[in-house]
Amino acid sequence: MTYIAKPKFHHPGLPKNDLGYTHRDYEGKISTLCAGCGHDSITASIIEACYELSIEPHRVAKISGIGCSSKTPDYFLGNSHGFNSVHGRMPSVLTGANLANRDLIYLGVSGDGDSASIGFGQFAHSIRRGVNMTYIVENNGVYGLTKGQFSATADRGSKSKKGVMNTDNAIDLVAIALQLGATFVARSFSGDKSQLVPLISAAIEHKGAAFIDVISPCIAFNNHAGSTKSFDYVREHNDAVNRLDVITGRDPITVDYAPGTVQMVEQHDGTRLALRKIDADYDAHDRLAAMTFLQRHAAKGQIVTGLLYIDPDADDLHTHLNTVDAPLNTLQTGELCPGSAALDKINASLR
Amino acid sequence: MTGKAKYAIVQGEDELASIGIVIGAAWNGARAFTATSGPGISLMQEFIGLSYFAEIPAVIMNVQRAGPSTGMPTRTQQCDILVCAYASHGDTKHVLLFPEDPAEAFEFAATAFDLAERLQTTIFVMLDLDIGMNHRLSRPLKWDDARQYDRGKVMTAEMLEEGREFGRYLDVDGDGIPYRTYPGTHPTKGSFFTRGTSRDRYARYSEEGSVYADNMQRLVRKFETAQDMVPRPLQANARKPTKYGVIYFGSTAPAMDEAIELLQARGHELDRLRIRAFPFHSSVASFIADHDFVYVVEQNRDAQLRSLIVNENGIDPVRLVPILHYDGTPITARFIANAIGDHQDQLKLTPLRKVVS
Repeated sequence: MTYIAKPKFHHPGLPKNDLGYTHRDYEGKISTLCAGCGHDSITASIIEACYELSIEPHRVAKISGIGCSSKTPDYFLGNSHGFNSVHGRMPSVLTGANLANRDLIYLGVSGDGDSASIGFGQFAHSIRRGVNMTYIVENNGVYGLTKGQFSATADRGSKSKKGVMNTDNAIDLVAIALQLGATFVARSFSGDKSQLVPLISAAIEHKGAAFIDVISPCIAFNNHAGSTKSFDYVREHNDAVNRLDVITGRDPITVDYAPGTVQMVEQHDGTRLALRKIDADYDAHDRLAAMTFLQRHAAKGQIVTGLLYIDPDADDLHTHLNTVDAPLNTLQTGELCPGSAALDKINASLR
Repeated sequence: MTGKAKYAIVQGEDELASIGIVIGAAWNGARAFTATSGPGISLMQEFIGLSYFAEIPAVIMNVQRAGPSTGMPTRTQQCDILVCAYASHGDTKHVLLFPEDPAEAFEFAATAFDLAERLQTTIFVMLDLDIGMNHRLSRPLKWDDARQYDRGKVMTAEMLEEGREFGRYLDVDGDGIPYRTYPGTHPTKGSFFTRGTSRDRYARYSEEGSVYADNMQRLVRKFETAQDMVPRPLQANARKPTKYGVIYFGSTAPAMDEAIELLQARGHELDRLRIRAFPFHSSVASFIADHDFVYVVEQNRDAQLRSLIVNENGIDPVRLVPILHYDGTPITARFIANAIGDHQDQLKLTPLRKVVS
């Protein structure tokens, strides 16, 4: 419950990261979601990723829309500023925030209703623009806050808890993100923390629009037979193409990889991603191939997970707009106001 | 000179994105604005309510055109007064500025950014197509180089470090305006969760009635504070004392000035008051109290500014005579002089016994 204070007391022996922070320093308020909700597992993965990357919690801005998923930023990184905005409009708020201060890390948390229905347009345009962000969709295929109506990501032919068949075609946000030019595209499953945590870490380190679709079963309204977003269904149909280890410049490489099994990808900031291929045919650098692979497997009813596409040399909206290095929100009158001399020239030009 | 931009321009995909980007940037401590017209204002309603309730600065330039719906999109009107003053669902009130011409629009644009950050809410600059699109003769734009931007009440890392109490919605100064922090200010102090839901003075979610009412009352106090911050009305008195006054605003100004001369030629003397902002300064109510009848000249069908005055100041509507021009063309001196002149002539009918005798 958000009004119950979470005790700050913790075991003195809790492990600490490079900044001297423990896991507890990355937590937020107590979740008000249903016990067992997939979204809480994603929250735990975000906490884990930020802890492992030794991110200063207050340097992250958490922005969300409306819905179960959008409530979660209150449950992690309690020392960060959060913004629970309006339904489907997280991407525009995040875009504006990002432009105001390029030095923070932007974590956009959304759901399938928030991003595939009301906010489909904003989802698309923020990705088109290459906003430097980690955009996570906690995808359960239903509107969990309003008794489980189908969302736009629900598969055609899947059954609601009441037994109603979904006759509308599903939107695959991963396929759309690939088409729109996202430079980091991944899919994962809330129940697969070992896959999800490195994906979130890599997305945070990525410069550009990083999109992660996380299938997150709704235990109240979408975890029954006939659902294609239930724990059982996703576990049975999950087809992981690769596994990821994130190696930041700070970490020594301690893992030995068998030759030929691992592909190293270096991102802008020096982070290296060790991609352990599971599917030998899969190349995460080929957008077109990723789109084809995805569609082919979707036709067979398989849910492709892993890092599906990455452009390690991507740039972002600030690069496109050629903005100054200093965050725009630090500029004051002296830097921003051209003064009366410049205005006189404008006046003269209009005479 | 690095040749790099100290600004960012984004062509939003629609009005919802535009106002969302503005609110995101302002939440993060940068000044931001968007320009639109009536249909855009309709689309932005939800975000404007968020700006009001979560107290995030925003500046909207509204170039008003003839509505409703697509209306006459290339014709001028002053028809968005009410939709802007009370924009969004729930109880809201917003600050409106009414410049008379391009020169004052320039001045008010700068003022709007100061007010938005000082009051932490949306400020509307109410332009119209006559100011926004037509060729106009304007006095040169002026800027005082000594002027500094007012960035409002922002609590810094140093202030937090000193141990200053921070509550995002805490009224420390009694003016209804709380302090805010920019994201990323301090590792352990000053963070808060911004939301459109009800919350207490420390930004903690709450649906307790008293907590909600407390916050809504503070927002009223803040709006009262705004009354003395916004540009004041300008009054010009007639050559001799008169029982009649006229209120006008925005692009009506040049026509009004000329109409006063035409009316004088017909023997009618009027004091005039140009309203330059909402909330109304106390001088608006006293101006009305000082006159038997006050004409309210507007470029819309439903006398929207008059309704706002009646509603906000509790004025007897009978005392405010609407003079309305709404065919989409800019209002003229002849129209105003004829409408007011005819009404004045009726009031000043010579008594029958005088005619007979």
